[in-house]
Amino acid sequence: MTTLTLPTINYLALAPFLVMAGMALVLLIATALTPSRISTRVATSAAVAAAGSALVITIVQGWQIARHGAQLTAAHSVVMDGFSALATASISSSLIFALLIAHDWEGRERFVGAEYQMLALLATSGAVLMTEANDLAVVFLGLEILSIALYVIIAFNRRRLKSQESSLKYFLLGGFAAAVFMYGAALVYGATGTTNLTSISYFLGANVLVHPGLLWAGGGLMMLAFAFKTQAVPFHFWSPDVYEGAPTPVTGFHASIVWGGAFAAAIRVMVSGLGTQSDTWRPIIWGLIVLSTVVGALFAITQVNAKRLLAYSSVTHSGFIWLGVWAATARGVAASVFYILTYAPTVLGSFAIVALVGGVGDSDHYLVKYRGLARRNPWVGGSLALLLLSQLGVPFTVGFDGKFAVLAASLDAGNVTASVVAMLAAAVAAFAYLRWVASLFAEGDPDVAPLVVPWASRVVIASSVVIVLVFGIWPAPLTHLAQHATLYFQP
Amino acid sequence: MHSSWWLTALLLLPLAGVLGVSLTRSRPERARRVALVSVGVEFALSVVVALLYNAHVAQASTWDFGVRWVVSAPLGLAYDVALDGISLALVLLSTLVALVAMLSDRAPRREPAYLAWQLLALDFTVGAFVAHDLLLFFIFFELVLVPSYFMVAQWGGPSARRAAMKFFLYTFVGSAPALVAVIYLGFLHQHEVGGNLSFNYSALSSTVMTSSQAVWIFVGLALAFAIKAPLWPLHSWSPSTYGEAPVAAGAQLAATLSKLGTYGLLRFALALTPLAVKSVTPVVLVLSVIAIVYGSLVAATSRDLRRLAVFSSVAQMGFITLGIFSGSQIGVTGAVVLMVVHGITTLGLFVLIGALERRRGSARLDDVRGLQGAVPVLSGFVTVVAFATIGVPGLGGFVGEFLILLGAFGVHPAYAAVATLGTVGAAVYWLWAYQRAFHGPLSENATGMADASPTERALLWPVVALVVALGVVPAPLLSRVAPSVQQIVAHVTPTGVSR
Repeated sequence: MTTLTLPTINYLALAPFLVMAGMALVLLIATALTPSRISTRVATSAAVAAAGSALVITIVQGWQIARHGAQLTAAHSVVMDGFSALATASISSSLIFALLIAHDWEGRERFVGAEYQMLALLATSGAVLMTEANDLAVVFLGLEILSIALYVIIAFNRRRLKSQESSLKYFLLGGFAAAVFMYGAALVYGATGTTNLTSISYFLGANVLVHPGLLWAGGGLMMLAFAFKTQAVPFHFWSPDVYEGAPTPVTGFHASIVWGGAFAAAIRVMVSGLGTQSDTWRPIIWGLIVLSTVVGALFAITQVNAKRLLAYSSVTHSGFIWLGVWAATARGVAASVFYILTYAPTVLGSFAIVALVGGVGDSDHYLVKYRGLARRNPWVGGSLALLLLSQLGVPFTVGFDGKFAVLAASLDAGNVTASVVAMLAAAVAAFAYLRWVASLFAEGDPDVAPLVVPWASRVVIASSVVIVLVFGIWPAPLTHLAQHATLYFQP
Repeated sequence: MHSSWWLTALLLLPLAGVLGVSLTRSRPERARRVALVSVGVEFALSVVVALLYNAHVAQASTWDFGVRWVVSAPLGLAYDVALDGISLALVLLSTLVALVAMLSDRAPRREPAYLAWQLLALDFTVGAFVAHDLLLFFIFFELVLVPSYFMVAQWGGPSARRAAMKFFLYTFVGSAPALVAVIYLGFLHQHEVGGNLSFNYSALSSTVMTSSQAVWIFVGLALAFAIKAPLWPLHSWSPSTYGEAPVAAGAQLAATLSKLGTYGLLRFALALTPLAVKSVTPVVLVLSVIAIVYGSLVAATSRDLRRLAVFSSVAQMGFITLGIFSGSQIGVTGAVVLMVVHGITTLGLFVLIGALERRRGSARLDDVRGLQGAVPVLSGFVTVVAFATIGVPGLGGFVGEFLILLGAFGVHPAYAAVATLGTVGAAVYWLWAYQRAFHGPLSENATGMADASPTERALLWPVVALVVALGVVPAPLLSRVAPSVQQIVAHVTPTGVSR
């Protein structure tokens, strides 16, 4: 009789994932067992507590990594390194923001219960798992946990047909992307004989593939899935519809939590696993960069709906983050992480305001509604203007520092053309943001009542503004963190 | 070397003013007093700095008040400020313009916000001029866009929003490749000497590069600067922006922000890429000469004072770039002098535009005759500003244009010869405009116009005094500017233009 040897597990590495998934299960069971529905306040507090604990755990992780170095665990399929700790910290804090936005939204829409929080925690736990995956199977696991919870949460607003429609769209395309990823992983396994990223890299470093077609096809298919999740053109078609259709608090998920997981996994797979093949995959990413920045910018300027505009704006920003991945250097990885770290609060703060302006029903997101917002609510309007200017890339905001970091990384690696194209596209996209900013300060309809800003949204908006300004002027702490968030393994 | 706290104070004071204005925004009169006090103290401080400035600092070429404090090493971001003769002149100009502009113009509504934007614009302009670091300069250069945009869009004329948008996008498109050029240059330097990424001006200026790299970096930087100046043919944002801008914002934009462009051309685009000089000089000189002729021609057809100011500026910018790229110390010195003089005359011009618009609702010149009879004092001020632009000896404009032409004749006689026609052009457009509107019998629609008020006189007399002073005793300015110019020219010429 053969004995089953269980791999040793470093629970500290898995703790953020376990805390989130565990709290999701607790909420699920509690919902089933309690006779009355759980109040939103309790549910939000529980979920925020879980996200906060995950954040604290990443600090402990960071301390451990600084002392003992990065660690592999669970049969080398999970890795705890500076990169995973920082990406997890970014995702956990994004979740806190997203939960607070959702809290006010549920109050407005009169949703009671813990289902939303449960699903948000579950989706986020998948993203967290993706950041520490050192095995294609674990990447897939994280991707599926993230996606399935996301399909449900996008359709969460049962009263809006658009919410259902966009969920179906995301489900069909997302299911396809997941399948494509699986197929790619299988092909890579066929080519290298392993799904472990470190082993793949060693194998490719030690052997020359006479017929690399299998590997290329596998890598290309996996990249397709990552491009889909990060809204890179030409795999972005779902994003404006899903952004528009999904409940606004969920919309903020994509460019913060989903990106955190998807870009982290993409960096692990492409840089850590297939780093020796960078000459092969770089042209593909080059194409993604050029297409995403240009197409995103061109479509952003024609939008009349705030959520669709932000969708195309995310497409452009995704192109910028891919610039750092293209470099495939330590500097490039640090720059991409820095970008995600700073873009997440910017975009969540923006969506907090969009959710407020959308009002009860969460369906009217046309830009005309923003006319005169800064006159009616100077603080809210001013904050939105600042967040938009940060996305535009005005100096002394984190948006500029992020762009600067990825451009520096990509120029350092010799990618001049794509950098210039991306910057010119950013200048085109500036029109979209600026038009929005201008309407904020325009003379508005005097009959429109000023917005009432609940406390949770207030916290989100204020924190995002503080982050944008403070780290915009003094980015050193974050650049320092990002610089030390090195990958466990980089060829 | 003097303490860098002087410059830090120059940067913090307007910000303190912004804070003060936002705290007192519910009481506009008090907010205005706060803003005026902060900009007044800022001006006084800049005068003190100008008097303290010592061009002969050991081991620091002509940079004084220097400090470097790294903000983020991986990004190469640093607070790195210092002052040399050229930036000193422009800092002084910026604070003077901000003070006079603020005094000359009042916003009809939401004045505290308008004042706050003016203070921010001043702060960022000063920041750009004292930056001793390419990246820091670029950051301030970009930041200036934000207050400019809001001032024009919210307090400007009927189609101000479109104008402001055009202005923002035009300049932002120019800045996009400039940022790439900035980073690229930083890496060239880092790969050469190792260590952290740094954009320190003195470090970058010794970067070794091939001449094709130099040309590309030059083009990337110069495009952004040429748009801001604006240099022909990239001036097409300026008629609408200056046409719609409120008076104070217009004065700040035209008098000081435009100098960010020419200053950038001289300080960074030219001085950091000496190898590019040889190949780009002919192009820039041709554009400069076209700007001079074209600007004068269009100015001659303009029917109001704003449009005249715009195209007269285009012509003057042509002179300035001609001087900068003349490759001679005299020419570059002349260019810096003309930058200052153009700033002062443009300031005067915008104060006069404000005066006319308050009286007649517009600054049009074609529907009115004989203003000299009705408003003799205002007409006198217009004459002085006009003569300064034409380059009449004894006024500041003469010194600048004369030095530029002198410098250019030695090296590029053909260009200088054509440019000399430009001075004639200036005489043509100014005298025509003056003749039409100010001479002859007084027309119906101008009767009963009040002459210059005490405030207007108090604002315009210093302008006139400065223009005259710079024309008669330019030495205090020249003695501060010349050593710094010599540094740049000496750095650029060995590999550049042959004399």
